[in-house]
Amino acid sequence: MSEAREPVTGIEAPVYLQYQFTAGRAPSRFLSALKQGRLTGQRCPGCSQVYIPPRGACPACGIATEEEVTLSNKATVQSFTIVYIPIPGNPIKPPYIVANLVPDGANISFIHLLSECVNEEVHIGQRVQAVWKPEAEWDYKMDNIIYYKPLDEPDVPVELIGKLGVDGREVQP
Amino acid sequence: MSPTEVLSEAFELGFTYTRSTGPVVGRFLTGLRDRRIEGVRASDGRVIVPPMEYDSDTAAALDDFVEVGQQGEIVSWCWVSEPRRAHPLQQPFAWAMIKLDGADVAMIHCVSAASESQLATGARVKVRWAEETRGHIKDIACFELAEVTQ
Ligand SMILES: [Zn+2]
Repeated sequence: MSEAREPVTGIEAPVYLQYQFTAGRAPSRFLSALKQGRLTGQRCPGCSQVYIPPRGACPACGIATEEEVTLSNKATVQSFTIVYIPIPGNPIKPPYIVANLVPDGANISFIHLLSECVNEEVHIGQRVQAVWKPEAEWDYKMDNIIYYKPLDEPDVPVELIGKLGVDGREVQP
Repeated sequence: MSPTEVLSEAFELGFTYTRSTGPVVGRFLTGLRDRRIEGVRASDGRVIVPPMEYDSDTAAALDDFVEVGQQGEIVSWCWVSEPRRAHPLQQPFAWAMIKLDGADVAMIHCVSAASESQLATGARVKVRWAEETRGHIKDIACFELAEVTQ
């Protein structure tokens, strides 16, 4: 220990939380459908809202959701953020876009990546489509969908975001 | 899988923090890297280990560093019969408050001992240094019972 060394100015202090994640019945069905290349939600028998990912109950009505609904690969940008800050351990190189997306047929958004786009041109109401991994790589994971990419379709008016049917048309009450 | 099968898998969430030590704790850790233990003298004359940046009575910045001994005595302790993965030792050990020779307050560290019955308040312990020191509290691998010479 004779060689001169710089004084200590910092330490690594990582915290690792290890646990067993159990998905529960509704998310297990959701993940199993994902493994088969399908995006699914569950419809509330009370208010007809379709939730993705399904949690097995409607938070508004407090009742169980059983009916499974296959959703579209098309979605609408509800909100988004451009990430410029690198996060250690994240393989994605900034800048990249994380968006709240509502798939056609659902009434609630989930978070995924937007890519193959000009970041500065991404906007609320923009139409996007899921890009899936090759079928051989499908697993019980949301990242079977690598990201969403822009779709050449007219924007959805803000008041209709989250109100489209699985066919992409406004659901008539 | 059947529609009723519930998925489950091991999961790890990691927060890969780094921390700035500041000049006082940085000096303490630098000392550990050189296999020295340093405290700081407070305004009332007590030697505090690990050193504090500011005096607890006057709030004045402290910089009167004092090297303390590498032996001390157990002030209090608690036996860990089933170490967890994140614990510093993987055999049963004790967490202990240890007052090093020359220090006026105890500091917490672990004590390696063959069994709980070997430990006692007032027992003499000494530092076992890590094979490689790098400027971290784990440079003190643990404390172990000092040979009693009478
Ligand atoms: Zn409902």
